Parts: sequence; structure tokens; C-alpha cells
Amino acid sequence: MKTPHIARPKMVLLYLVSLACLSASLAYAARLKEFDRSGKLIVTEKSAAEMQPTYDIKNRPKENIFAVPRPPFSEGIFPCSQCHSYIKPNPQRRVLTEYHTDIVLHHAEGQRWCTDCHNLINRDKLRLVSGELIAFDESYRLCGQCHGDKFRDWKVGVHGKRTGYWNGDKQYLLCVHCHNPHDPKFKALKPLPPPVRPGATHK
Amino acid sequence: MSEIKKNTYDQHRSRRKFLKGMAAGIGLIALPGKDASASMWEEFFQKHFRELSKEELKKVLERLENEYSKQFGKQVAVKATPPIEGVRYGYALDLSRCIGCRRCVYACVKENNQSRDPQIHWIRVLQLDKEKGVDLSHAEQYYNPEKVPEKGHFYMPVQCQQCEKPPCTKVCPVQATWKENDGIVVVDYNWCIGCRYCMAACPYGARHFNWGKPGLPSAEMNPTTHYLGNRPRPKGVVEKCTFCIQRTREQPGRYPACEEICPVGARKFGNLLDPESEIRYLIENKRVFILKEELNTQPKFFYFYAT
Repeated sequence: MKTPHIARPKMVLLYLVSLACLSASLAYAARLKEFDRSGKLIVTEKSAAEMQPTYDIKNRPKENIFAVPRPPFSEGIFPCSQCHSYIKPNPQRRVLTEYHTDIVLHHAEGQRWCTDCHNLINRDKLRLVSGELIAFDESYRLCGQCHGDKFRDWKVGVHGKRTGYWNGDKQYLLCVHCHNPHDPKFKALKPLPPPVRPGATHK
Repeated sequence: MSEIKKNTYDQHRSRRKFLKGMAAGIGLIALPGKDASASMWEEFFQKHFRELSKEELKKVLERLENEYSKQFGKQVAVKATPPIEGVRYGYALDLSRCIGCRRCVYACVKENNQSRDPQIHWIRVLQLDKEKGVDLSHAEQYYNPEKVPEKGHFYMPVQCQQCEKPPCTKVCPVQATWKENDGIVVVDYNWCIGCRYCMAACPYGARHFNWGKPGLPSAEMNPTTHYLGNRPRPKGVVEKCTFCIQRTREQPGRYPACEEICPVGARKFGNLLDPESEIRYLIENKRVFILKEELNTQPKFFYFYAT
């Protein structure tokens, strides 16, 4: 009967020590260490929940709407419904022979077809994979479905070109202002003349 | 004894008289004649740009505006907008995008009133071999194919790198060139003596000398100018890229002309001190290098690969 009496304080001690260790390790995990510009260490205390916010797709912040110029439509082609409202939608994958014969698809043509991006019923809208219909001036969202890395860079102004003011309002260009969506590779240009060689300047 | 003394005194006096007369005569020859305008005197006695008081600077700018307006037959504005507080300009160029079309070169010439003939370009586009990488000993700047980009090549525009430790300003014997608080290295064309030491010191070949009278047609002259930037230059001074100081120092500030024209969006410009700027984003997230890093010039012109 005596043994438990002796063992008990030992157990308690063990329990306390392990608790202390655990709390110490927990406290360590919740401590965020950062260095500021001058190299000074900044330690901020954060709870574990704060450190790892759970990602919930429903809580995802809404995508910014970017002000862009009018998409570069061919003349007289938009709105598409001016013709398509009289044509019965045909979801059949086929070679177009009557209209839009100028469009040559060089954009993963093996896997793609008009209505993957253009909405079958409402032709004035584009269609995301999710089924959401978007306007043509939001087409960057459509491109961003596959080209996520470029989309990310575009949003911060690293991919593509922004005009306007470096410290003021900036205007974005749509992907399609530089890339033909049906044939997106940037086309070669004629270079402007090279500099004159030294010595050739004197007349 | 006194006789001798008097003689030497007379001699001395006559020699002094002679020298005085001679100095005055030479002075008169050297000084501008009757037809010299008052502005010429003012220009001759103009102080160093950084020593000018507000009123003096105003007078100088007015004088230059009048001079240029007369010369080019249109209203020319010469500003001296100071640096914006809390701004340090940075530039980045995406080598994975640039196609070497030279649009930037000519947009720069147009914006910054470079001499057309004799030709001065502030931007030099180098054609490099993909196989050899950034190897400047194999750079070609006179490429002229039908279409760019050419297979197996990439293109690297080089202009003033706006070094944090510019070797060019160190060697100037008269301090006609210096680094401004926003990081732009500028030249005072009225103070430059044309010794070209700075050109020898610059490891990037970014400085250019006006060997002849700049040929700038009035019709093509950009009348929005900055004293330290794109105002018309005289013969015999050095000039260089200023990140379009006349545009970028305004509020809101326009992008430099080269960045605005780039058809592939390879050029990025912004404030290095603004953590939200695109330039900071790409420095933190992309593969970045600076040209001739080993020289410790610390350029604020970054080359990067977006992909």
C-alpha cells in the first residue's frame, strides 16, 4: 500500500515537467520572429489560430475589377448577338466554313473549341469553367484560369504593360490587347534602324 | 644712392603699367563685343546649380526659356522640379520579354531632345546569344534583321544605371554631375567643361558627348523640359539618361518615355521605397541581376526574368 504513496509525487512531478515542456514549445511556436530594416529582431506574439488562418474558398476576397480600355474587337463584330441571335446555336465541334474563317486557332487547338470560352447561348458573354458568364472587358479572368502565374504577375503590374502614372492612376491593358486570344504568341516586329557607326557621322 | 633707387622705382612702375594695360587689352578681346546680349553675361557669371537661391534659379530658368523659345520658335518651358520626398527611383527590365525592337531608343530621343545629327542615343540595345548568356564581349548593337526577335538571341537594352555609387560623379573635376536625392544622376550642362572624365569612368557607356552642335529640328523639339534633363544642350557637354526627370518628378508623375512605348511591357518603373510598387514586387519575387555587380556601383536599374 505504501508504494503508490511514494510513486504519486513522482507522477505529479513528471506530469508538471511534461506540461511545462509542452507549454514552452507551444509558446515558442506562437512566437513570430522577424527582422526589421536595420536588422533589429522583432518578436510578435500570436496565437496559433492567428498564425495559420484557415483557408476557406467562401471567404476568398473578391477579385478586384481592373479598369481596362475597350477590348480590341474587329470592326463591327460586337455585339455578337446582332448576328447570333438569328442563328440557332450549334454545339457541334466542326470546322467553320461560312463565318469567322479568318480565325485560325493556335492556342492548344487540340483541346479547345469556341464554346470553351465563348458562351453558347449568350454570345455577348464569355464563359468561365465554373459556368459564370463574364463580360469581354473582364476577359483577364478567363485567361487567368489557365495562366495563373501570368495573371498573378499582371495584377501587380509585372506581366504586361501598364500606362498612366507611376505614382498615380494606372491603366491596365487586357491580355488580348497584346495577345490574339486565338493565336497568342507575340508577333515579330521590324526593328527601328540601328545606331550609326562612329566615324560615319561626319559628312 | 637715392638716384639709383628712384630709377628702379620708375622702372617698376612702368613695367606694372605695361602689364596692367596688357591684361586689360586681353580682357577686352576675350570679352563679348557690342552685340553680346545681357543673357550672355548672366550665363557667364551663373553660379553652380546647387548654389542658386530660389530667386536666382527663377531668373536662370526664365533666361533659358527665353533663349530656347527664340531659338526654336515656340514656347519652351524649363522646369527645375526638385526630388519628391520619400522617393528613390528604380527601373527594371524583363530580359525574357524584350524583343530588341528599339522602340525605346527612338522614344527616348524624341522625349529628351537628343541630337539627331550627329546622332546621340541614350539607350543602346545589345543583341546577345542565348547560348552564351549575358556575355558582353559577344554583344552586337548594330543588328538589323527584317524581324526581331531572331532565333537563338535575346536582347538587352543598356542605359544609365543610376548607380547608388556612381563612379562618374566622383571623377568630375568641377562637380557638374551629381546624384540627386531621388537617386537620379544629373548633369548641369552650364557647368560641364566637357573633359569627358565621367565617360571614361562609366562602366556602362551610358554617357554621351556632344562632339558637334546638336542637330535638333525645331519641329521635333519637345518643349516640356527640365534644367537637369532634356533641355537643349550646347556643343561640348556630356549628357545621359535621367529616367525622364521632366516626367517622373511631377505629381502625378508619368512613366519614362521608354517604358511607355515598350510594345511588350518589358520595362518597369517605380519607387524603390514603396513596398507596394511593382518594382519592389519583382525584386522580391523574380530572378533579378544587376549589370557588372562586381564593380560595386550598385545600379538602380535591374534586369529580371519574369518567367
